[in-house]
Amino acid sequence: MGLTGLVGRWPLLRQFSEGDALGLGRAVRSKQTEQLRPRTADADRVVKSVCPYCAVGCGQLVYVKDGAVSQIEGDPASPISRGRLCPKGSATKSLVTNPGRELRVKYRRPYGNAWEELSLDEAMEMIAERVIETRRATWQDEDADGNKLNRTMGIASLGGATLDNEENYLIKKLCIGLGIVQVENQARI
Amino acid sequence: MGSNMAENHPVGFQWVMEARLRGAKVMHVDPRFTRTSAMSDKYVPIRAGTDIAFLGGIVRYIIENERWFDEYVKRYTNAPVIVDERFRDTEDLDGLFSGFDEDKRIYDTSTWHYAGMPEQETAGERSKGGTKGEQSGHGAQSGGLTHGEPPEEDETLQHERCVFQILKRHFSRYTPELVAEICGCTPEQFLEVAETMCDNSGRERTGSVVYSVGWTQHSVGVQYIRTAAIIQLLLGNIGRPGGGIMALRGHASIQGSTDMATLYNILPGYLPMPHGEEVSSLQEYLESHGSSTGRWAKFPTFSISQLRAFYGANATRENDFCFDLLPRINGDHSTYQSALDMLEGNVKGFFLFGENPAVGSANSKLQRLALASLEWLVVRDFVEIESASFWYDAPEIETGELKPDEVATEIFFLPAATHVEKDGSFTNTQRLLQWHWKAVEPPEDCRSDLGFTYHLGRKIRAKLKDSTDPIDRGILALDWAYATSGEHEEPSAAEVLREINGVGSEGKALSKYEELADDGSTSCGCWIYCGAFKEEQNQPARKTPHWEQGAVPSEWGWAWPANERILYNRASADPEGNPWSERKKYVWWDAEKKQWTGLDFPDFTPDKPPDYRPPDDAAGDEAIAGDHPFVLQNDGRGWLFASVGLMDGPLPTHYEPHESPFDNLLYGQRSNPCRQLHAHDHNRYNPAKDDAYPFVVTTYRLTEHHTAGGMSRTLAYLSELQPEFFIEVSPELAEERQLEHGAWATVITARTAIEARVMVTERMVPIVVQGRRLHQVGVPYHWGRKGLTTGDSGNDLTSIALDPNVHIQEVKAATCDVRPGRRPRGPKLLELVASYPGYEEESGDAPR
Amino acid sequence: MRHGDGQTTYGLQIQPRVGFFTDTSVCIGCKACEVACKEWNLVPEDGLVWSGNSYDNTGELSANTWRHVAFIEQQVDDGFRWLMSSDVCKHCTHAGCLDVCPTGAITRTEFGTVVIQDDVCNGCGYCVTACPFGVISKREIGGDGGMHKCTLCYDRLEDGLEPACAKACPTKSIQFGPLDELLERAHGRLEDLRESGVDDARLYGADENDGVGGMGSVFLLLDEPEVYGLPPDPVDPTRNLGAIWAAAAAAAVVLAAGVAFAFAGETDG
Repeated sequence: MGLTGLVGRWPLLRQFSEGDALGLGRAVRSKQTEQLRPRTADADRVVKSVCPYCAVGCGQLVYVKDGAVSQIEGDPASPISRGRLCPKGSATKSLVTNPGRELRVKYRRPYGNAWEELSLDEAMEMIAERVIETRRATWQDEDADGNKLNRTMGIASLGGATLDNEENYLIKKLCIGLGIVQVENQARI
Repeated sequence: MGSNMAENHPVGFQWVMEARLRGAKVMHVDPRFTRTSAMSDKYVPIRAGTDIAFLGGIVRYIIENERWFDEYVKRYTNAPVIVDERFRDTEDLDGLFSGFDEDKRIYDTSTWHYAGMPEQETAGERSKGGTKGEQSGHGAQSGGLTHGEPPEEDETLQHERCVFQILKRHFSRYTPELVAEICGCTPEQFLEVAETMCDNSGRERTGSVVYSVGWTQHSVGVQYIRTAAIIQLLLGNIGRPGGGIMALRGHASIQGSTDMATLYNILPGYLPMPHGEEVSSLQEYLESHGSSTGRWAKFPTFSISQLRAFYGANATRENDFCFDLLPRINGDHSTYQSALDMLEGNVKGFFLFGENPAVGSANSKLQRLALASLEWLVVRDFVEIESASFWYDAPEIETGELKPDEVATEIFFLPAATHVEKDGSFTNTQRLLQWHWKAVEPPEDCRSDLGFTYHLGRKIRAKLKDSTDPIDRGILALDWAYATSGEHEEPSAAEVLREINGVGSEGKALSKYEELADDGSTSCGCWIYCGAFKEEQNQPARKTPHWEQGAVPSEWGWAWPANERILYNRASADPEGNPWSERKKYVWWDAEKKQWTGLDFPDFTPDKPPDYRPPDDAAGDEAIAGDHPFVLQNDGRGWLFASVGLMDGPLPTHYEPHESPFDNLLYGQRSNPCRQLHAHDHNRYNPAKDDAYPFVVTTYRLTEHHTAGGMSRTLAYLSELQPEFFIEVSPELAEERQLEHGAWATVITARTAIEARVMVTERMVPIVVQGRRLHQVGVPYHWGRKGLTTGDSGNDLTSIALDPNVHIQEVKAATCDVRPGRRPRGPKLLELVASYPGYEEESGDAPR
Repeated sequence: MRHGDGQTTYGLQIQPRVGFFTDTSVCIGCKACEVACKEWNLVPEDGLVWSGNSYDNTGELSANTWRHVAFIEQQVDDGFRWLMSSDVCKHCTHAGCLDVCPTGAITRTEFGTVVIQDDVCNGCGYCVTACPFGVISKREIGGDGGMHKCTLCYDRLEDGLEPACAKACPTKSIQFGPLDELLERAHGRLEDLRESGVDDARLYGADENDGVGGMGSVFLLLDEPEVYGLPPDPVDPTRNLGAIWAAAAAAAVVLAAGVAFAFAGETDG
């Protein structure tokens, strides 16, 4: 910025040149203020979503900039929520971006005293093996009276109320296939 | 009642506030004065665990004062139906209904049937083997009704064995004075609520009842809701705009997870899991769970289409559509039973999907010990929750009950993708499916549960692909072919929704469940969701703004079934099909076009005239008369009296909570005789009426936190709003026990003792019950060892004492003691608890 | 049309003066406003301290708390009541903070709101004592050492969006809009409440003859302002200092060179 420009930004001069003699308004606007825009204005896209907390199902708008979430707020179009959110819903961006979120697999071996690192694929392989072994070790073909059971009581699953319908369906379907009957979620709790 | 809507569903509460601004009366009946009470026209404090007495008093008030909606009651409910002459009421048997088996503590429900029915074993009697709560949750419990009309009725409601007269006698002693004595309110407070409800019901007006887990979390919880149903049927408030019973659920897709049946006793769409002792073939399964009348008559089409969705082309008519491969249940396999079985070493592996039992389940100490007894545990969550960290930071480490190097549990913590990192649908508390789109990629190892489940299944199937072991037939027969995309090979959620919706013989998505067939030509994962992918369109993804729609926003998301927004809405019209009033018109019969029409999709056969009467040989939907709106019931009526389907009685009865400082003023039978108890070393119960536990304790949530805290205690902006675990007590209790506001107090039950900061507040009111001043202690249960704000867990106090129908824990009403100061550290904590009475044997100590 | 001091300097760019109407009679105390504000404005967490003061663990407005929900538990004639009210910067017509700010960091916007400009504020703190409501403080922890307060989401206003708190508010206890309309609504609501027998209902900040010339944030209260922690008769401490201030402004010319030098530090970056 040249000297003319600098002097031109000098508030005192602006107070008089911009009709703001007391320097309370326009004359003292900083450059940052002049350029002020909501960060949602330059979002690459706005994605429709639903609040992940309670079961009211408030509409959310997720603003994305450079592949990251820049803002989450209410979706005015929703006939349920009309753009409003409660404190938890309003904290949704923090839920997604908070520094305490775990991003890596953690493994604790039996009797271990610390978490260890493990690759996701290795973890998945190990879990698959645990399922197969436990299932085989605890399989029940039938009860004492010869009634069919066709199941394992050695494995249980809990959770689903925070998950999508499709995820619940697939969990149930997989458990049906594996003979796991102890499939439960928060609805019982 | 039983709901703190302003705090736990604040955005839903906008509609209550708006209604109030337009003149609606809002009344809150609750043990605690909450933010909901503060916003209500009327607040009535009652003792935790006495809602049935209060509601039963309203039933009596309606009948005694002839305030019921006569035409609605006579035509739309089973009030006129005559009940079996062998039926005996609690009024006859001192708190028991006929058919009680003292040894097994279960009912033979055959005497509860409608009169004139053939003898038949019903689902309610399945528990011959002594297990409770295996009701499939579906309505196909015909009690032998072979066509839509019950055999004997008295339309004048005068017959002494008609439902109406039974109801009248059953609640005849629930006078305002008795209500006051049981609940701890005044007769005047009670009467004002009863009168207001009646004044706001009828042709021109409707009233609704809101409940949440304040009703379900009791040892007689299902019957709380039944009482509300009776009131709303008597007042004509079901199936009508502004009416209903609103169950406010706590999680984004807790309704969907119930529909999709991540519950042990059901398959998606509320089809029962096959029971090992009952059904050995598909034929038997279909016969024992189908119904000859009503909507459930289509049961075989639901079931066979579902088997096709599970097993694809492997399911053929020749192999009974792979019915043989389904695993069987034969008892209570609910989450609390599983935890007990973990302690015994019987459950070895455990998956946790976004759930934190170490804080959120009743008796969380027992839960943690159960986790420590596993061989392996998979935890999928956003953060390291207490159910993943128990092995080094559980309170039991401090007491010496657990030592890290003695905990054998192998733990896999897998970080989960958030809702903005995946496609999928949630089903909200109004049965509304809403789609959310992936906005960003999940970071690093974070994956959707869809991806996790798909790939786990894929890996297991790959490892077993050459297996000839018969136990592997089920997993290998699954139709597990899902297209994937992207770097993480993410399966398509839309494709899964399409499978749930169902596909016809020509490979096209089905539009409605009526299209389902029982010959294997259709597939459908969940019949009530059939139509969610109608015309190959993802219907939950429709997001037409509300300002472009009318009063019923049918183009926002998709509600099951058939995108209907109010269930049983045929009841919004009178028996002739006309709106009850202009003001309350919703769905009505268009005589010219000969079809039902209105603001919503009719929850009724579209062209069935109001004057249709079923012929004697009618079956299925044709057996339901044109003036019977309750199409899921086999007689098309709303059930004031439930002759089948419940473990603990055809009518609700006030019973004391399992842990209560009082006797039952109505009966010698104190508590629900069928309640499910699990006395255990780690699940000691407080003896009833024991002076050591003089106070009532109730647990709850705060607006600022979410259940077990995994999604709130980890966030700074929420944690700072409620940064510490506290209990709430009245100034009187504080004085009685020298509790200092802001200082510490220790709360003790037979399970354990916990410490919390003391909030002395006039919101907590001592109430007078049976002549005695009673204090109630409020315990928000969000806290644990992890996160930005930490503290003891309220659920460490609660016990596993369950409702017999649904195995839900009684955490809303129990007894406790409170002392000033912090709890003892280390083994001294165990000594303190041991110094308090408790019983761990299912023996004579257990009260009736 | 009521303007705030300095608003008319925008000439043709002037916008209708906007503000908040906070109807505390429908506030459910959920604190969505507090969180929505912090999420949007990236305001830091303000300490994990349990106060024991009902459900108010926020305490007061500050650099790190631009919305504060007060909770008042009261015994009144017809029983117990629990008042809740979301407080915020008043965006006064005569704003003491604006008048005393020596750096020109505080400005009246074209919307009539009062905003501290982060890039100018040097944290001198004059504004703190000039605010009769205790709205402003310095961001010490994890911050820039500057003064902060509610901007009425100035950045959002620039794009025609409503402030984050008003948008989130589940019951529309917090309403945003042109001040004239809000005042009309506030008076209407007061009338309704009075008619229904709520005799203690009153407006706060709606009087242009009050000590701050009327507020851009108007409240409907159900009790005395003090009960909510609001000063009953707030006065802009500079309101009688206009003449003195003008003299000071003239004196400032003497310091002109120095100030110009300070501005030279600002570059296009």
